Amino acid sequence: MEKKDISRRDFIKDVGLGSVALGAVAAGCAPKSSKKAGGEQTGEMEKRLNPATGDKVSLLGYGCMRWRMKRDENGRQVIDQDNVNELVDYAMAHGVNYYDTSPAYLQGQSELAAGIALSRYPRKDYYIATKLSNFGVFSRQGTIDMYNRSFEQLRTDYFDYYLLHAIGRGGIPAFNERYVDNDIMSFLLAEREAGRIRQLGFSFHGMQNDFDDLMKLYDKYHWDFVQIEMNYMDWKHADPRQNTNAAYLYEELDKRDIPITVMEPLLGGRLARVPENVANLMKTRNPDVSVASWAFRFVGSHPRVLTALSGMTNMSDLEDNVKTFSGFKPMNEEELEFMDQLAGLIAEYPMINCNNCQYCMPCPYGVDIPGIFLHYNAIVTEGKMPISQEQKEYRKLRKNYLVSYSKAIESLRQADHCAGCQQCIEHCPQSIDIPTELHRIDAYVEKLKQNTL
Amino acid sequence: MLRKIRIILAAVFFIAITALFLDPSGVLYQWLGWTAKAQFLPAILSINLLVIILTVIVTLVLGRVYCSIICPLGVFQDIVSNISGRRKGKKNRFTSSKEVKWLRYTVWTLFFLAVVFGVQAFVALIEPYSAFGRILTSIKHPMLPTVIVAAVTLIVVAILSWRNGRTYCNTFCPVGTLLSFFSRCAMFRPVIDTDKCKNCKVCEKRCKASCINIDSHKVDYSRCVACFDCIDNCKFDALHYKFAWGQKSKTAESAPDSSADTGRRAFLTGSALAIGTAALKAQEVPKRDGGFAEILPKVSHDRTQPLTPFGSKSVKDFYSKCTACQLCVSQCPNNVLKPSTDLMHFMQPYMTYEDGYCRPECTICSQVCPAGAIEPLTKEEKTSFHIGVATVERDLCIVQRDGVSCGNCARHCPTAAIMMVPQHPDDPASLLIPAIDEARCIGCGACENLCPSRPLSAIHVNGLAAHVQD
Repeated sequence: MEKKDISRRDFIKDVGLGSVALGAVAAGCAPKSSKKAGGEQTGEMEKRLNPATGDKVSLLGYGCMRWRMKRDENGRQVIDQDNVNELVDYAMAHGVNYYDTSPAYLQGQSELAAGIALSRYPRKDYYIATKLSNFGVFSRQGTIDMYNRSFEQLRTDYFDYYLLHAIGRGGIPAFNERYVDNDIMSFLLAEREAGRIRQLGFSFHGMQNDFDDLMKLYDKYHWDFVQIEMNYMDWKHADPRQNTNAAYLYEELDKRDIPITVMEPLLGGRLARVPENVANLMKTRNPDVSVASWAFRFVGSHPRVLTALSGMTNMSDLEDNVKTFSGFKPMNEEELEFMDQLAGLIAEYPMINCNNCQYCMPCPYGVDIPGIFLHYNAIVTEGKMPISQEQKEYRKLRKNYLVSYSKAIESLRQADHCAGCQQCIEHCPQSIDIPTELHRIDAYVEKLKQNTL
Repeated sequence: MLRKIRIILAAVFFIAITALFLDPSGVLYQWLGWTAKAQFLPAILSINLLVIILTVIVTLVLGRVYCSIICPLGVFQDIVSNISGRRKGKKNRFTSSKEVKWLRYTVWTLFFLAVVFGVQAFVALIEPYSAFGRILTSIKHPMLPTVIVAAVTLIVVAILSWRNGRTYCNTFCPVGTLLSFFSRCAMFRPVIDTDKCKNCKVCEKRCKASCINIDSHKVDYSRCVACFDCIDNCKFDALHYKFAWGQKSKTAESAPDSSADTGRRAFLTGSALAIGTAALKAQEVPKRDGGFAEILPKVSHDRTQPLTPFGSKSVKDFYSKCTACQLCVSQCPNNVLKPSTDLMHFMQPYMTYEDGYCRPECTICSQVCPAGAIEPLTKEEKTSFHIGVATVERDLCIVQRDGVSCGNCARHCPTAAIMMVPQHPDDPASLLIPAIDEARCIGCGACENLCPSRPLSAIHVNGLAAHVQD
């Protein structure tokens, strides 16, 4: 009697689940059954309107900063163009129409690779965002040369979105040095007038007062859009020594009706590989969506966001993101609250705020700065940090750290080769005190090697 | 039966010592180090009385079982010879031969003189254990000039053993000759029972030492390596390993022999060093993100005195004991030890800091050295020794050259022997440059190796002729 009951209940449950699944498919939000199913999402790519231009921008933007490099016959690192074309084809086919690059990205090769891939499509089908990355080049002529070169590289005669690259750090004096003293700002305003720049904005990294200063220039320059670092960590948990909470930046821009483009929605991949307890909470809530998708949904749930840029290296990243942003469902209040809880949990892990943007590279003394930080962060995230000899499993953790370190970073590029010349510091958008962090890691590794922890 | 025991023991020794040399993990030496320490010539050089006395006693009792079990080059030849014998019609391919006395004793006399007068290059060249060590080390990590010598040794020894078994052991090998003085009158020897012997000559044709002469029913015990092949293969039970103490050894006299030519060994050492220049800081170079700066390989400074490992007493003592077996070279986890190309110290290791430095926690070379050239040390003792002193070349220092701050040498000095002082003594705020506290410097080379100046480091270590301990 009892048995029969249970089996009947199970039967009903199975049928119920089955019909729910069927319903979900019909509604266009089928849980991803396998990697291959990536192309089968049925909803449309979420588009956001830029009211100033009428542009319908895909909420998922393509960041052209993290494409795969390979060695050419001379041993030089070059972008794998076939791979890029394949990725761009998939992105275009799934409604991704915003492509963000810079003359500095990928050892200066990103613009050309993006240009080659995109110029195979009608120009009106995609929006190009590139930047004035005049680091180390402040002269008027040098800066204009850089501007003109971007047209050639990208095979276009106008930029949809043009950014002053990474301003804020160093405040107004640094801004003036790059754009005002050399009279470049008036040049750019004239270019916007002439239609070669459709929208002029800037990407921001820095402290709150730096941002306020730039906002004060709004009347003078009329920023059409602003690119900020925004994700559920930086929302309220940005490192107060180095950055500004994204919530503050968002509100400031929102109240001025300035469209926002978002960088680092995934913190260079750090929010795709979160500590186990955090991943567990995510999977408990919804076992069928990726860890990364939570980060993207968080960003996309804010209506002033025009596009969220993801530097997608692999096809699987692209497929997963397309899935997240197709038939997009914004988070409700309760879900946003949940993300804030997760951020609090992640903030307890003492990671280095490196997003692997490579701006610090190449280190003149050959050190693989982001590689060392990524390795360190991975150990922190996995909770595999050897702390003291008294610790349980210390020997195993020590071995794991040293072996994985030497595998990840070749010996001549490890932290012990940091001379402390300080040349990297000015390039870091996260304002990480790179030499100090490297020396700290080096001293720690030395203790591990000598077994004196 | 005896033969099988011999083969099993030989296999154990051979596998163990091979694993010791090829060990990629760097930890096996703790359990297998004894296989190197049991080697005879290293034992003599390190005055390891236990091994010396045991080897002599064993040889006096059992004959040259050392050559068939302990010596890895001997076992290696047996393996080659065995494979050669598996070819069709080659099973009984040996012929009795006379002892090539003039060559054997000339080589031995030269060897003896070389040991006495410290011409280690010659000692290292013909000594079997070192030769074997070089072959294995060259497989694991080929380095000039060792790899050439090892290759020639391998080819010559392999050809000799392929064709005639133990020719090397009974002609060139100084250890074989030395042990032969004792094995002549060993207590137990293979003895031919002339009553049972049918003169089938299977034993003679099976003897890889070519030391049995059935025509005269004599065995040359100076060349017999106690392999027991003859005994186990005699169908007529005419050979016995038995007590023969005091019986006059019968030396075989017959059949001319073909003598082997080791061939000439020539070496070419010439390497052009491309001295690169530091990248110039050009004006207005657009910043490009990512990629790696090229790292020029380091080039060694000329050192006023060579560097020899912590645990060696002095440069002279080290080179007078080292047999160039390369065990320390193969075990060094920091790539500090390299075989020398210098003819006086040919293939003996020296220390240099281009590819690493002598790390404070490592004492492996001192643990594995079987020859006493590097004596065992503890980690704590290690930093109390001074093997060299660092010296700074200011022109190369990036603080001066590139005008940037550095201090990487001082940051990594395990004994705080490097002081960072203002570049301009009258301006305390000027960039800091390194200065050496000679009394504290132990010569480990951390500073030299980690100096960002390339290809020549701005700081380098000169050896001390005699090492001093605090």
